[in-house]
Amino acid sequence: MLTRRIIPCFDVDRGRVVKGVSFVELRDAGDPVELAKLYEAEGADELVFLDITASADDRATTYDMVAATADQVFIPFTVGGGIRNPVDMKVMLELGAEKVSINTAAIQNPDLISEGAYRFGSQCIVVAIDARRIPGEPGRWEVFTHGGRNPTGLDALEWAIEAASRGAGELLVTSMDTDGHQKGYDNAMLRAISDAVTVPVIASGGAGGPEHMADALTAGGADAVLAASIFHFGTYKIAEVKSYLAGKGIPIRPVEPLTD
Amino acid sequence: MASDRVIVVDYDAGNLRSVARALEHVGAAPVVSADPADIDAAGAIVLPGVGAAEDTMFKLRERNLVEPLTEYIASGRPFLGVCMGLHALLERSDEGGGQDCLGILPGEARRFIPQPGLKVPHMGWNTVEWLREHPVTEGIPTGSYFYFVHSYYPTVSDPALALGETAYAVTFPSVLASGYLVATQFHPEKSSRHGLRLYENFVRWARSGEPVPAPSAAVAR
Repeated sequence: MLTRRIIPCFDVDRGRVVKGVSFVELRDAGDPVELAKLYEAEGADELVFLDITASADDRATTYDMVAATADQVFIPFTVGGGIRNPVDMKVMLELGAEKVSINTAAIQNPDLISEGAYRFGSQCIVVAIDARRIPGEPGRWEVFTHGGRNPTGLDALEWAIEAASRGAGELLVTSMDTDGHQKGYDNAMLRAISDAVTVPVIASGGAGGPEHMADALTAGGADAVLAASIFHFGTYKIAEVKSYLAGKGIPIRPVEPLTD
Repeated sequence: MASDRVIVVDYDAGNLRSVARALEHVGAAPVVSADPADIDAAGAIVLPGVGAAEDTMFKLRERNLVEPLTEYIASGRPFLGVCMGLHALLERSDEGGGQDCLGILPGEARRFIPQPGLKVPHMGWNTVEWLREHPVTEGIPTGSYFYFVHSYYPTVSDPALALGETAYAVTFPSVLASGYLVATQFHPEKSSRHGLRLYENFVRWARSGEPVPAPSAAVAR
């Protein structure tokens, strides 16, 4: 049976993991490769790296990180941030990323979705959607860019449908309302989007514990859940989350040791 | 066999390097090449692949790889196809309105029929049940999880070709095996320990010259 995926997400700046990752197991918790290896061993189903490197001059550090991760990590990983054209996509995929995630660039130029899907296959094109509830209009959400600062005027549901119809193989849906609060994902938005498209939806923004993930995967209809802080700060181990979800009857790939 | 050399066929497939890295991880020294002479002299060949069947077949033809690959497989030497590298072996694929493939195995790639609640692509970790014993599955329990990402699934007219099967809306053969040829719908290079074990088994089997396990199913044409 196809299982629901648990996806830790890292913010990476100039090849280093940022935003206080604290791991007693690691000598260098800022090393994305060490972290990725640890998460693979702990049972992560996929990984997402969000590259927040501001300067294009520093992109080489990101390339080195992606290549080093691909050398040593044997689960799929997605790279997002700074991918603006098919050449950027090609570079990341050739370095060993399984998928690339595009957000602002897709909004500015929706043809990028179609072109990426045509050239590299839908399966590796993830469209990330950051959205907020529209006050006074229940059941409607607006797409934002730049970490939730810039409104686009786009309706999240309509944009999700367009992105999927242009060839996105997956949608990474983040609620800017719930993100960072650790009180649960925006399950109403997840459900609306998941029901409107046939491609898988990754829930993002608001995970405070395994119960929130269970809600996103059931009430929200998501196919995968993404989380950062609760894993990075060691609040929950992936194995704990998986065991909780399995107990709720949600199909989960069991955590197995990497070696006998 | 001709040599111990493992060739990863270079036709610009997206997962080329991931496949090569997985082979390196299990102790092989894969050579990435599109040179027919390398294919001809290979001890084992891995055909990677992601993306669209149309594009895959176009690139294989453009790089004049069809004949060398067909001849190599006909010679009965070790071959592993991955994902689109499996579809390429079939007679045709429904993708892009219908695409002729290499026709080495009697079967077709069909699209998952959309139905309520069924997400396409089939993306994520799913189980594979072994249907018989085979050197490449040694040490991997039946029902182990592998990483899948595909919108089209293989069907074969000869059930003896199926080595493993997976259920997603339909039950389909997720691993095909005939003689020294093996092909997986999932991505072993992204399937953590069980996937690496499959590569390790394949490399060891290719080097060992062990006899092909029965039943050895018929190959088309």
